[in-house]
Amino acid sequence: MSGLRILSCGPGLSIQDMGRPGYLEQGLSISGAADQLALHEARALLSHSKPQAGIEMAGIGGIFRAETDMTIALTGASMKANINSKQVGWNATHFLPKGTELKIGGVQNGVYGYLSFGADIATKPFLGSRSAHLRGGIGKALQAGDFIPLKKTNSNVAEIGLAAHNRFGGGIIRIVPSVQSALFPQLEHKRFTDTVFVRSSRGNRMGVAFDFDGEGFAAEGQLSILSEIISVGDIQMTGDGRPFVLLPECQTTGGYPRIGTVIPADLPKLVQTAPGKEVSFQMITLSQALDIQKSFANDIKRLSELTSPLTRDPGTMNNLLSYQLISGAISANFTVEEK
Amino acid sequence: MSIPNTFPAIKPVGINGMLVQFSDKLEEPSNRAALSFCDAMRQQNWACIDEISATLASAYLRFDIQKASHEELTQDLQSLLHTQNWYEAVLPRGRRHLEIPCVFGGEHGPQLEEAATAAKLSTQDAIKDLTSVRTRVLAIGFAPGQPYLGELDDHWNIPRLTTLTREVPKGALIVAIKQLIIFTAPSPTGWRHIGQCAFDCFRPNQINPFTLRPGDEVSLRDITAKDLSHIKAKDRTGNGGAVISQIL
Repeated sequence: MSGLRILSCGPGLSIQDMGRPGYLEQGLSISGAADQLALHEARALLSHSKPQAGIEMAGIGGIFRAETDMTIALTGASMKANINSKQVGWNATHFLPKGTELKIGGVQNGVYGYLSFGADIATKPFLGSRSAHLRGGIGKALQAGDFIPLKKTNSNVAEIGLAAHNRFGGGIIRIVPSVQSALFPQLEHKRFTDTVFVRSSRGNRMGVAFDFDGEGFAAEGQLSILSEIISVGDIQMTGDGRPFVLLPECQTTGGYPRIGTVIPADLPKLVQTAPGKEVSFQMITLSQALDIQKSFANDIKRLSELTSPLTRDPGTMNNLLSYQLISGAISANFTVEEK
Repeated sequence: MSIPNTFPAIKPVGINGMLVQFSDKLEEPSNRAALSFCDAMRQQNWACIDEISATLASAYLRFDIQKASHEELTQDLQSLLHTQNWYEAVLPRGRRHLEIPCVFGGEHGPQLEEAATAAKLSTQDAIKDLTSVRTRVLAIGFAPGQPYLGELDDHWNIPRLTTLTREVPKGALIVAIKQLIIFTAPSPTGWRHIGQCAFDCFRPNQINPFTLRPGDEVSLRDITAKDLSHIKAKDRTGNGGAVISQIL
C-alpha cells in the first residue's frame, strides 16, 4: 500500500480533518484541526474540492519517508522543512518521489503546522471523520514507525505556493456574548476587554490558558452554575479567574462561567498565538459577527485565487503579495523557491 | 445586560447556536422539559437544523446561518414553546430501561461507607436505596457516552470531595449532589467511588458506539465481586450483564 512512514516525530502529531460534528448529546466534542483555515489552505494548494485529513503537528514535526510518489502541502504555522536535506518553503506544495526523506523541524511562529497530501489519507473513518480525539479514546497520537496509508491518485501536481493569512502573532480577538456573559458585572467586562493577556504555555487541543497581571475574573453565583453546553471558542473562567479558551477537543458541557465566545473567523489566530505572545479580546455584537462570518466564508471559498506556481516569474509576485485576505496582512513566510 | 428571571429563556450560543433554558437549577420538571422539547424540535424537521442536544435543563440547537436568521428561529422556538407546558410534557418515546449489575463497596467501591454516612444511611441501606431507585439519564457529558444519572432523593445531596481521587477505573460508579455517574474511562474525580460496573459507556469499535441516550432509565443490580469477574470473562458486547428493555 502506498503511504508515508514516520521515522521519528514530536509528541503532538495526530491525523485531523474538519472534525466530527453532531455528537454533543453523546458527550463527544467535534475534534478536528485546531486551525481549520490551514486545512482550507491545503485544499486550495492541492486543488481539492473540500478540505481533507492531514497530519497536525503541534510545535514540532518529524522525519518522514515517502513510500510512494506523492504530493504534499505544508500549511499553518511555518516550520523548518527539508526535502532530502534541501530546505523548502512553507505554504506550498512539494512533490516527493518514492524514497524521499522529508524533515520538518520546530515551529518558527505560531503553534500548529499541517502536512497534507494530494491523495486522501486511507485510515478508517469513525462516525464520518478521521480526526483523532485523544481524550475521547478515538485515534492516537502518531509515533515513530507509524505508517500513514494513502489512497492511489495522480500526484503529478505542479509545485505551487499560497500567500497565507498572517495569523501567527496574536493581536485582537473578537468575541460575542455567551450564555453566561450576563452573570459577569459590567465592570468585569470592561476590565476583561481592557486587559492584555499573554498566551500561557499551558495549552493543548482541549483548550489554552491566558495569563495576565491582576485579580481573577469572577461571575455572580459562580459556584452554583448548572453545567451547560460548551461551544468551541468559549472563554471560561476557571476557579482562579484566569481565562481558558475551549478548543475542538474540549468537554461538551461545563459549569465554569464563560464571559464570551471567540468568533470562528478569529479562532485560527487564537490557536496559532504562540506562548508568550499577546492578545486582547474585543466584544462585538452578534450581527457584526454574522457579517464577519459571511466575508470569512467567502474568503475561504476564494483561497485558490491566492495560489500561484512556484516556478512563475518572481517579478509578478509583488502583485500577489499585495493581495488582502480577510482583514490581515500577508504572511512573510511565503517563499518563492528557485527551480 | 440583565439576567432573565423567567424561564424558559431563549439565548444565542456562539454565532450559530440557540439555547432554550428551562431552569438554572437541576430539577426533574426542567430536565423533562429539555428532553421533550429536543424531541419536539427533531419532529419539526426545520431545514436549518444541524444538531440538537439536551443538557441537564436546556435544549440546544446548532443551525445553518445561511438557511435561517436568529430572528426567524427565535420566533419558531417561541411558537413551539407556546404549544404546551413543557414542564409537564410526556417524555419522548423510544427510551429504554437498563438494569446494570454493580458491585458495591469493598475494593470495588472504597468510599461507599463514607458516602452512606454522608447520606445518613447504613451501608446496607445505602445499597438498598441505590438498587431500588430507577434513575434517568439526565444528560451525557464530560466524556463520550458518560451518563449523569438522577435525581436521587434529597439525602443524597452530598457534596463533592475537596480533594480529587487520582484515578478511578473505567466502569466506576460514583456519587455526589443527588447524581450517579458510571465512568467511560479511567479518570480523576472529586465524587465518591462507591461501586464498579462492567458496563461500557463508549464502544468505539461497535456500529453504535453510544449505548445510553438522555432520557433512558437506569437501575442498578447488586452483585458480588465474583459475579463481576464472571460477567467480565463472558461479556463480548460491552453490556456488562445489563438487561435492556424498551420503555413502552
